[in-house]
Amino acid sequence: MNPLSTERGSAAREPKGASGVRVVVIGGGIVGNSLSGWLTELGWTDVVQLDKGPFPNPGGSTGHASNFIFPVDHSKEMTQLTLESMRQYREAGTLHECGGIEVARTEERMEELRRRMASAKSWGVEDCRLVTPAEIKELVPFVDESILLGGFYTPSVAVVDSLRFGTVMRERAQEKGAQILANTEVEGIDVEDGRVCRVRTTRGEFDADIVVIACGVWSPRIAQMAGASIPLTPAVHQMIDVGPVPRFLDSKTAVDYPIVRDMDTNMYERQDGQGLEVGSYAHRPILHEPDEIPSIEESALTPTELPFTQEDFELQLEHALELVPEVLGDESVGIKYAINGLLSLTPDGLPLLGETPEVKGLWSAAAVWVKEGPGVGKSVAEWMVHGEPEIDLQSSDIARFYPEQRTPQHVKGRAAEGFNKTYGIVHPGEQWESNRGVRVSPFYEREKALDAVFFEAAAWERPHWYESNAPLVGEYGIGPREHEWDARWWSPIINAEHLAMRERAAMFDLTAFCVFDVVGPGALDCVQTVAARQMNVPNGRVIYTPVLAPGGGFKSDLTIMRMADDRFRVVTGGAHGMADMKWFADHCEPDAHIEDHTSAHCTVGLWGPRARDILSSITSDDVSNEGFPFATWKVVDVDGMDVLASRISYVGDLGWELYVPFEQGAKLWDAVWEAGRPHGVVPAGIGVYGTTGRLEKAYRAFGFELDQDYDVVEADMAWWKVKSEDFVGKEAHLAAREREPAAVCSTLSLTGNKRFPLGREPIVREDGSPLVDAKGRRSYVTSAGAGPSLGKYLLMTYLPPGDHGQLCVQYMEELYPVTVEVLGSRPPFDPDNERIRS
Amino acid sequence: MRILVAVKRVPITGGKMVLTGDAQALETKHLGFTISPHEECAVEEAVRIGEAEGGEVVVLTLGPPEAEEQIRDCMAIGADRGILLETQGEEWDAQATAAAIVEAIRAEEPFDLLLFGNESADAGGYQVGIRVAHALGLPVVNGLKKIELRDGGVRCERDVGGARDVYEAPLPALLTVLEGLNLPRYPSVPGKLRAKQKPLDRKAVSPPAAQLEKIRLVVPEGQGEQAEILGEGAGAAPRVVELLQELGVA
Amino acid sequence: MNVLCFVEPGDDLSAQAIGFARSLGDVRGVTLEGAYQPSAWAKALAAQETDAIVAAGSDRGNELLAHVSAILDVPFAANVTAIDGDVVTRQRWGGSLVEEARLHGSPQLLTVAPHTQPAAELGEVETLTAEDDGSPKVLERVEESSGGVSLRDAKVVVSGGRGVGSAEAFSIIEELASLLGGAVGCSRVVTSAGWRPHTDQVGQTGTKISADLYVACGISGATQHIAGAKGAKRMLAINTDPEAPIFAVADYAVIGDLHEVVPAISAELKRVRG
Repeated sequence: MNPLSTERGSAAREPKGASGVRVVVIGGGIVGNSLSGWLTELGWTDVVQLDKGPFPNPGGSTGHASNFIFPVDHSKEMTQLTLESMRQYREAGTLHECGGIEVARTEERMEELRRRMASAKSWGVEDCRLVTPAEIKELVPFVDESILLGGFYTPSVAVVDSLRFGTVMRERAQEKGAQILANTEVEGIDVEDGRVCRVRTTRGEFDADIVVIACGVWSPRIAQMAGASIPLTPAVHQMIDVGPVPRFLDSKTAVDYPIVRDMDTNMYERQDGQGLEVGSYAHRPILHEPDEIPSIEESALTPTELPFTQEDFELQLEHALELVPEVLGDESVGIKYAINGLLSLTPDGLPLLGETPEVKGLWSAAAVWVKEGPGVGKSVAEWMVHGEPEIDLQSSDIARFYPEQRTPQHVKGRAAEGFNKTYGIVHPGEQWESNRGVRVSPFYEREKALDAVFFEAAAWERPHWYESNAPLVGEYGIGPREHEWDARWWSPIINAEHLAMRERAAMFDLTAFCVFDVVGPGALDCVQTVAARQMNVPNGRVIYTPVLAPGGGFKSDLTIMRMADDRFRVVTGGAHGMADMKWFADHCEPDAHIEDHTSAHCTVGLWGPRARDILSSITSDDVSNEGFPFATWKVVDVDGMDVLASRISYVGDLGWELYVPFEQGAKLWDAVWEAGRPHGVVPAGIGVYGTTGRLEKAYRAFGFELDQDYDVVEADMAWWKVKSEDFVGKEAHLAAREREPAAVCSTLSLTGNKRFPLGREPIVREDGSPLVDAKGRRSYVTSAGAGPSLGKYLLMTYLPPGDHGQLCVQYMEELYPVTVEVLGSRPPFDPDNERIRS
Repeated sequence: MRILVAVKRVPITGGKMVLTGDAQALETKHLGFTISPHEECAVEEAVRIGEAEGGEVVVLTLGPPEAEEQIRDCMAIGADRGILLETQGEEWDAQATAAAIVEAIRAEEPFDLLLFGNESADAGGYQVGIRVAHALGLPVVNGLKKIELRDGGVRCERDVGGARDVYEAPLPALLTVLEGLNLPRYPSVPGKLRAKQKPLDRKAVSPPAAQLEKIRLVVPEGQGEQAEILGEGAGAAPRVVELLQELGVA
Repeated sequence: MNVLCFVEPGDDLSAQAIGFARSLGDVRGVTLEGAYQPSAWAKALAAQETDAIVAAGSDRGNELLAHVSAILDVPFAANVTAIDGDVVTRQRWGGSLVEEARLHGSPQLLTVAPHTQPAAELGEVETLTAEDDGSPKVLERVEESSGGVSLRDAKVVVSGGRGVGSAEAFSIIEELASLLGGAVGCSRVVTSAGWRPHTDQVGQTGTKISADLYVACGISGATQHIAGAKGAKRMLAINTDPEAPIFAVADYAVIGDLHEVVPAISAELKRVRG
């Protein structure tokens, strides 16, 4: 996927690298350094790395980082990046293992720690265990264990020397030919024909094929020079250093005692030589503007170590004093250093990696913490050089944002809200509160009138269920969930809506779909290259297809309608839509282009056994099974509107997606609604569409079952014939078809249970031991949800072949036996797909 | 023993001075604040004397409302009470500052010892303490690096290039001190928490016409010439020694 | 106009001050003798009829004029570098910033910022007499017993900053200083950390040096430090960071780690000397 023109260059350019690709890396923090080291390692040696500050500490966030690493995170991607980073720090001799304990002051936190145990097992972080207050006291004798209920102990927690590591990487890069420039400030980035071509600095101009912005809190400012946006905001993290602590005077290392994260107060305490460092994520969010950060000369310390604002830390001092009274209550221990350190926050808390969608060749490697830096450096380098990183970076892809999610209001609102969740107990279904109502469908008023409960997807407001359907709960006898956590962000109404759909029909608001057309003489080439399945089909066909990464894993899955010889309409999920659009755009040149229709169309989904009765009552067009077969689309007339109807289903019932221009949306909704009432149509939310409906049909979802770590054969989705045309990932895909899958995506069921796992929990043997496949991947719950028509709770997971005995799901530190419902993709409900094809 | 310490809120500057657009003040939006280094030692000395002799340590400042932060910092290391002569943030000349301080001190119970910094870090006027002493009719000794209470009076020492001049004064007295008098302690967490509860009196004051009337501030031009680079790393040693010989210092 | 200039015979700064004073008008150089008694001496100065009183911006000069200003209740401008009518230019922040200000009142009281004016002959100096007013005075002078060269007067000062890293690591600084017959200095960070006594501190609130050569090792060059170091005739800076602010004021630079560079210089000195 290297789209670089080899003719590019100028007199100033003397390519050194074998690759012929000149990369300018802006930034000399942990990310820039790691990236330079890895790019040259992978053979791209024509690297220029620069920073406006001096080395080894140019004054960014790396310089004042607390430098400790807790590996366990609920996100697989972040844990993988962290584990890879720890491996690199260790290899460079810059890692000191000291252990770490996340302590709980409340029972609610204990539950969270039990969830962390599950994530540790799912992502393969060894040796983690829950510890009692007495054990905590033994490990960290200066805490007051009487205020604690327990802790989550990770022996592999470590402190790293991020500046030293950075120096090692920079020197490695230099040895391989990279040019390293300190005290060199970027003054401009030139873009020609939508592609970056030059970086202008205080020390001259550098021609570039690729420019990487690894500038931490300054990244938005640098990106703006090229006309791109990097949606992050600098934010304050307060930190104080006290000492000398009498107990630490004889310490053998810089950190003799495990680091304590006082999760309930959003704080941490760590030994640092003879001192104790106390940091906080509990204070009010203090956001800054990238343009307002002081220069190096103006700063009393460094530009990212701002003056401490005492008043924001007062409650924190009291909290810290409660936990470590021996140290902080000691009158001889003084506060020696206190800063408002700047770090980068993003709207969703995840890094911003990859090529920017605005400017070809302009990459972002920003909003990365010390714990992920080396892993990010390696992954982004692989992404550039090989077209695909070893660790799937889909959640961190900078292309993921819609314009609505790049606005300062959104970035700041979400960053402020997310800041206090740094150590928070975040429910998997938890919804954001800030900057809501940004995108609403034409049905929004109708939905509000039906008491819809809105969840957000890709900045859209979408009904997750409708309170107006509450009477159905009694009608179908749906029970409540006993545990508050399991029932949070959930309603039994979802199950009731599901059963009403299976029995009658339901209508859905699917406007949040990302819809774009690939147009032009090269359109077929583009979709053939991107999509794994055969796209050279007659006009009027709808094809559901995997989109593969070069290595054969999933880049996406989506549907494509052939609209004309030179026009294909791509419909993909809202959450990943922008990244998909960029991927298609990347493969468009030169004679095809993308037209974004996302905001031009709205979509009503209509499914259920009565769907045809309803649709046929509002159109005179033929919607019979013969006249309008499955996997086709056509335009039908509804009350004078041209409605694009596409006969596919993600919920396992007969029906259509109905598209009209945005301004006709309300009219369409009313028409379907009125026609549906005699047939008992119900409005149904995404709780059915995204979970219960698809799980009963074993439909996989991107970002859950489908990611770059698993191939099509393992997903058990290789039921289509491989086309003769080339496509991205073809070679790897053919190889996958030749071998036995190391694991197969399967459906499990949980019955008679009182607890409801919500996803990412480990699937284990009866003795609690993990299932690990031949590629070293562990079995975990990729999706979980009710199967109301089956009367079972369903879990999807990848299972390695063989007999593992009784399988269990580990949830909140209990083992619940599960039954293998189906090995592979055969739907547990309506396995022969009679409903869809009726 | 009642001790008064006068302090001044000043910004913590970096390597470069940046002025506000009207050239009337330092641009402080990125800067933190502290008190002048000499005064840090004055506060430490007052607290030590208070700890040894018993009594009350009162910190007084003239400054903007935000100067409470500096008073609380002093309280965190042991001062008992604060007096904030609250301005609107404008700068006062030394004469006006001294007059306001004198008035505030007169309104208090008499103090046995009044400690000032020898000069402020920012304005460097070298005169507020002396002016206050004259107005109150107190003996004053300046630039001290050692203070000893003895026989109801004070014996103190001042550095004079390789020697020390010894002074004595009866109490009450006003002393101005220099950094190096002691090594000030850092505030402890309990100290910080106690500081929040200590009494602070605020009194609004407005400035009389300045007699040393500031027109504008100017950042002096740097030398402009970059240093001559003699070499890098240990390899530069021979060249350095040559230079030492050229300069006649080797 | 008539200008009274307080001078101390043998004092460099007084020689600079009187030169400046002469640019203002007819100068009468005066001094006082006997035990130093600031308040009493100031009364003697204040009693003179004059349009301006000038002194050096030294410890004594600033102190005496502050007393005079308090006695006469007139403003006093310390560390002046220029005067034009009633507009003075004076140093603030140890010289990192200058202020232009209108000096009201009469007589005009000002001290002359050190090392900003050429030295001049003192000329005829009249000795005034002060009457003991009972105010504090110097009772005795205790000579410092330390055998080393005083920081203020040393011809060479070798100074270490944050980059030295620890109290122990100052041994390499001490060795070089001793080889050059100079004094050891340090930055404020170092004294705050307790690695060196405050008497070693070069800076706005430490000692202001006047050496022939200042060697700054691992010192970044904060304004507070430069304020004390700029009296040196030549400055050599050793720092790993080629853009450290110290290089903007230094005459010579060695880019590198002081832990390697300083011992190498000491070794080379020993080698050259055989």
